[in-house]
Amino acid sequence: MIKKQFVFSNGEGLHARPAAQLVAVATPFKSELSLEYKEKKVNLKSILGVMSLGVAAGSTITLIADGDDEKEAMNKLEELLRSEGAED
Amino acid sequence: MEKILQGIAASNGISIAKAFRLENAELTVLKESISDVSAEIDRLQIALSHSRSELTTIQKQTQEKFSDQEAAIFSAHLLVLDDPELRAAITDMIQTQHVNAEYAVQEAANLYVSIFEAMDDPYMRERAADIRDVTKRILSHLLGVSIQTPEDITQEVVIIAEDLTPSHTVQLNPEQIKGFVTDIGGPTSHSAILARTLEIPAVVGSKTAMATIQNGELIIVDGESGKIIVNPDAETLVAYQKKQQTFAEQKAEWQLLAHEPTITLDGHRVELAGNIGTPDDVESVLKNGGETIGLFRTEFLYMEKEQFPTEDEQFEAYKSVLKQMNGSATVVRTLDIGGDKELSYLQIPHEANPFLGLRAIRLCLDYEEMFRTQLRALLRASIYGNLRIMFPMITTIDEFRQAKEIFLDVKQQLISEKVEVNETIQLGIMVETPAVAILADVFAKEVDFFSIGSNDLIQYTMAADRMNENVSYLYQPYNPSILRFIKLIIDAAHKEGKAVGMCGEMARDETAIPILLAMGLDEFSMSASSILRARSQIKNLSKTALESQIDHILSLSTADEVLQFIKSLDN
Repeated sequence: MIKKQFVFSNGEGLHARPAAQLVAVATPFKSELSLEYKEKKVNLKSILGVMSLGVAAGSTITLIADGDDEKEAMNKLEELLRSEGAED
Repeated sequence: MEKILQGIAASNGISIAKAFRLENAELTVLKESISDVSAEIDRLQIALSHSRSELTTIQKQTQEKFSDQEAAIFSAHLLVLDDPELRAAITDMIQTQHVNAEYAVQEAANLYVSIFEAMDDPYMRERAADIRDVTKRILSHLLGVSIQTPEDITQEVVIIAEDLTPSHTVQLNPEQIKGFVTDIGGPTSHSAILARTLEIPAVVGSKTAMATIQNGELIIVDGESGKIIVNPDAETLVAYQKKQQTFAEQKAEWQLLAHEPTITLDGHRVELAGNIGTPDDVESVLKNGGETIGLFRTEFLYMEKEQFPTEDEQFEAYKSVLKQMNGSATVVRTLDIGGDKELSYLQIPHEANPFLGLRAIRLCLDYEEMFRTQLRALLRASIYGNLRIMFPMITTIDEFRQAKEIFLDVKQQLISEKVEVNETIQLGIMVETPAVAILADVFAKEVDFFSIGSNDLIQYTMAADRMNENVSYLYQPYNPSILRFIKLIIDAAHKEGKAVGMCGEMARDETAIPILLAMGLDEFSMSASSILRARSQIKNLSKTALESQIDHILSLSTADEVLQFIKSLDN
């Protein structure tokens, strides 16, 4: 299992577009992928789950990957988050 | 049996086609217990897969017909439809509570709808609507009820709807939509303006069309008289087919005037301009003989999107319009939202009186960065043609000065970045508040031109919300109070050597045109489809003869007296 923290500094928070991109990147992987925010944990492959967290700009989120392709999945997610301006 | 409904004529022409109801169907879901769980899950899977293929098709069509931008909403719908958590919640409910699929879908979706609706961020709140849309689609398959959207239309039809929203309008295909009828709205509602832009006959505010007309019934829409004829008798049908032909012939005759100047019988020349909402509309203006663009409503660039259009996107749109106009004057109105026009991605606090609230220039001055981006894009595009910039809803001189100051600052910034800009851009204002009308002599000294926004000027002068049908009788363009205001505005501008245009509905109105001409209006700006009719009318008027009647017209007491008097001049 890999756990990694990011500060989501994108100006608008986790809005539809970045959320959709995260879900699109996450979906093909076999591993169980989740997103933790303010003690709530949701399935990263669920757009409704991710958006329902209402992640605000500048907040800290944790990604958790658990499964056979967890390493590859985390790398891809990290790549996307960085391009959206997130920092660890 | 033939039935006749009366509405408000919104866009000229006759259309004859089968009715297509654009339903806002309420799908009723009942809770039922089921015994065969796996059969129920099969039903669910079938409904989901039908919804999926439907959405994929719509998304593809939208991409081809419009752009990725417009198709994005359907990609979002697909993500919701495929959401593993939502699907798990639905199946779980069917399995453990033995309820029907419809009920499970609705309950599971409602849970998310309520989470989103409770959020502080208005953008996120609106995502609840996406979930509802998807839920509706799944339910319609489960219940065997068809819900329809404008994209589903594959044959020539007349659309019957309660109202058409801006998001509907993106989906309308003028090749199939021969006309439309709405239950609500007036001549200046969004749907009415759209119909004229697309040159589709339309009647709005029919009140009872949705209650009366069934899918597939033959409908005649008379966009001139505002009549809707349902299941016409053979005799009526023949009469209207004839009328339709006459209209087409008249249109062809007007077409001969497309490249002629607009000169009255006594040799006075006026300018006929087109109102546009997107760069694509320019073609129709030019085809219909528009000499200039009197109003480019830039809000459509903003309303079509899920987020603010970038400076480059705006630049491309303005450049395209300016290049197509090939040096002819092009008046671009800066962002006019608020009132009845909203942006899904811009959080404006709810207002009790939006038409009297933070709208148009007030909003732009408040959201200065957004305003600066638009001005930068405009200035960069200015080298491609004859750009004029117009600020909407000005009420005080200070507002104009402030807007001008920002404009000059943005311009200076571009020059220091070595970006080429046009040095001679005129800055004008919309005259649509009584405050400006009464002070027009003062404004005329500072601004380069006026454009009278008659719809709003009437609304604010008569203190009557133009979206409120209960007071629609107060929308009186011929009321002498309005006419006196217009005279005041034109005289004040001419005294300072400034030009005055009009870009509201009144500018294309057959009764108003002789009065406006007599008062000396320089430019009449209207939807493309009205230009040639106006030209043919003006060519048969004499300005001098009408001028001698102006004092009498302005001394009349009521709008109706004015109307009767203008009618009497015809005979």
